[in-house]
Amino acid sequence: MKKAKLPSTIYVLLVFAFLYVPMLIVAVYSFNSSNSTGVFEGFSFRWYQELFKDEETIKAFYNTLILAITSAVTSTVIGTLAALGIDKMKKSWRRSGIMTITNIPMMNPEIVTGVSMMLLFVFIGSFLRINGVLGFWTLFIAHVTFSLPYVILNIMPKLEQINPNLAEAAQDLGCAPGKAIRKVVLPAIKPGIMSGFIMAFTLSLDDFIISYFVSGPKFQTLPIRIYSMTKKRVTPDMYALSTIIFVVILILLVLVNMNSLKGEQSKEKGAVK
Amino acid sequence: MKKVMCIIACLLVCALSVVPAFAAENKDYSHLKGTEINVYNWGEYISDGADDTLDVNALFEEETGIKVNYTTFDSNENMYNKLKSGGADYDIVIPSDYMIERLIAEELVQKIDFSNIPNYSNIMDEYKNLYFDPNNEYSVPYNVGMVGVIYNTTVVEGEPDSWSLMWDEKYSGQIMNFNNPRDAFATAQWYAGLDINSTNGADWDKAYELLKAQKPLVQSYVMDEVYNKMESGEAAICAYYAGDFLSMYDNNSDLAFYYPKEGTNIFVDSICIPTSSQNKEAAELYINFLLREDVALANAEYICYATPNKTVINNDDYSFKGNEILYPSKEDMPVTNYFHHLDSQTQLMMTSLWDNLKIDGNENTGIYIGLISFCVISIALVIFVKVRQRIRASYYD
Repeated sequence: MKKAKLPSTIYVLLVFAFLYVPMLIVAVYSFNSSNSTGVFEGFSFRWYQELFKDEETIKAFYNTLILAITSAVTSTVIGTLAALGIDKMKKSWRRSGIMTITNIPMMNPEIVTGVSMMLLFVFIGSFLRINGVLGFWTLFIAHVTFSLPYVILNIMPKLEQINPNLAEAAQDLGCAPGKAIRKVVLPAIKPGIMSGFIMAFTLSLDDFIISYFVSGPKFQTLPIRIYSMTKKRVTPDMYALSTIIFVVILILLVLVNMNSLKGEQSKEKGAVK
Repeated sequence: MKKVMCIIACLLVCALSVVPAFAAENKDYSHLKGTEINVYNWGEYISDGADDTLDVNALFEEETGIKVNYTTFDSNENMYNKLKSGGADYDIVIPSDYMIERLIAEELVQKIDFSNIPNYSNIMDEYKNLYFDPNNEYSVPYNVGMVGVIYNTTVVEGEPDSWSLMWDEKYSGQIMNFNNPRDAFATAQWYAGLDINSTNGADWDKAYELLKAQKPLVQSYVMDEVYNKMESGEAAICAYYAGDFLSMYDNNSDLAFYYPKEGTNIFVDSICIPTSSQNKEAAELYINFLLREDVALANAEYICYATPNKTVINNDDYSFKGNEILYPSKEDMPVTNYFHHLDSQTQLMMTSLWDNLKIDGNENTGIYIGLISFCVISIALVIFVKVRQRIRASYYD
């Protein structure tokens, strides 16, 4: 391997610094013994203890997780089916038309999506005479809506990569059409589905603007809770929570990457044999 | 005989005064068991069990069997939008004074049945019949606060007592002001002796000129960052709320606080019941609960703002009892005024002046020049590449 030049090393270091220094500072101050973000007074686990005592925050975190998992699963299922359908479309104008429509929620400013969704839900609520229509289900619908295009966008390229005759070949060899998709097409596009799911999950996890408009009195997510702490200072148990989330995600990502690396290595070995 | 009569009379008086209170306390609320109330409050604005404090909502649930769905907002305006949209039914909201005026005018909150709130007698008389609710029908005060000036004693000499400190050129680059138009304009309006609720354009222009004159001295316009900057000593002078000063003081004891002699603005956050409430009786029970001595004490300790509840102020366990900053004595009490709801025209004028203030000066021109030159260079580059491609292609023809 060629030795890296100094300017490029500095550049890479800078990029990593901008990405990770803020996280590092949050992690450091989560161990602060006072509630200041300006003065580090001593090392303690106080805010981690506080965090687990703060029921509202834990509840909000739990709500956020439930919402992220359910909406990510739903949008992955719908998105995969949609991608399979779009891929089968023969007329290109139809196909690009559908793709444009699915991309609208992604292009739209979030605030517009949020306000219009809220108006829609309130309108339907008053139409059906439901009191307090905003709640988990409106959040769920909104989150599925805005993460759907990302799932489709992640799966489409994978579908284009695989040989279009693959499913037909499977059917020639005796698979029923449904089985051909399950046994042949889905495994081939699995990486796309996985990355689509992860995208949907993280998007739902940290969405604030749309959630703000469509959330109700009984279901508050973590980003909304943190944002509303601006009247007083943000308590450092939030830093503790961010640190925990960051570390967990980091570990998960490392595990996933190691796994895929192993997969590739074994594939290479297989190819050599 | 006389003695006996006297005792009987005393007992009667006691009985008469005690019975109604007891009747309300002991009113049967068991039918509310299993119901829910939706509470919408400012973030970090209730004692929640952190640091071994009392968990107010959990205690209420335990005592009454009513489930509390507790959610939080970050500004009066956002709370208003949520309430106005009609998509969410809240039973309790806790907005500030000027917003309550607006909510009453738009009939978004309803009259409270005070016979269900015997603890209302704990509220001090000076916080009853306030301008936004002159007959006291819609709101119950929850917290009170005033804006003052916080300064670092290691930097500022002497004992300042006026808004002029924030315009003192000696401390250029050490001063911070609010990063929201209403509060920032109020500092200038008080300094110039103008009405903070003025609808006169000339008054606002005058305040604008003052803020503009202050701008070169200002390190930054801040909201939440104020804690960090004051505690670390990065800035030395700022205007902020008295209750928040106390929490900064905990981390940096060089800080000091005063109410400017020209006067300052005061706010009251009050509890209201929205018109859309589905469980008004439980909401009133909740309000009564919040006014109870032990609960109000826990909240006052947690929130650090001044409480309008006299049982707390007189409680020996209250750590801020007699605190001169939260509870200035009659002589030290500054002139105060409330924010009123501004009509839309004044609001518009204020925000446009504010935008002018923030944009004025050179801080953004650099960005514009940079962006424009970036665009020009990239367009030139694209054209250059295209032209070169054409020329090269023409060699092969």
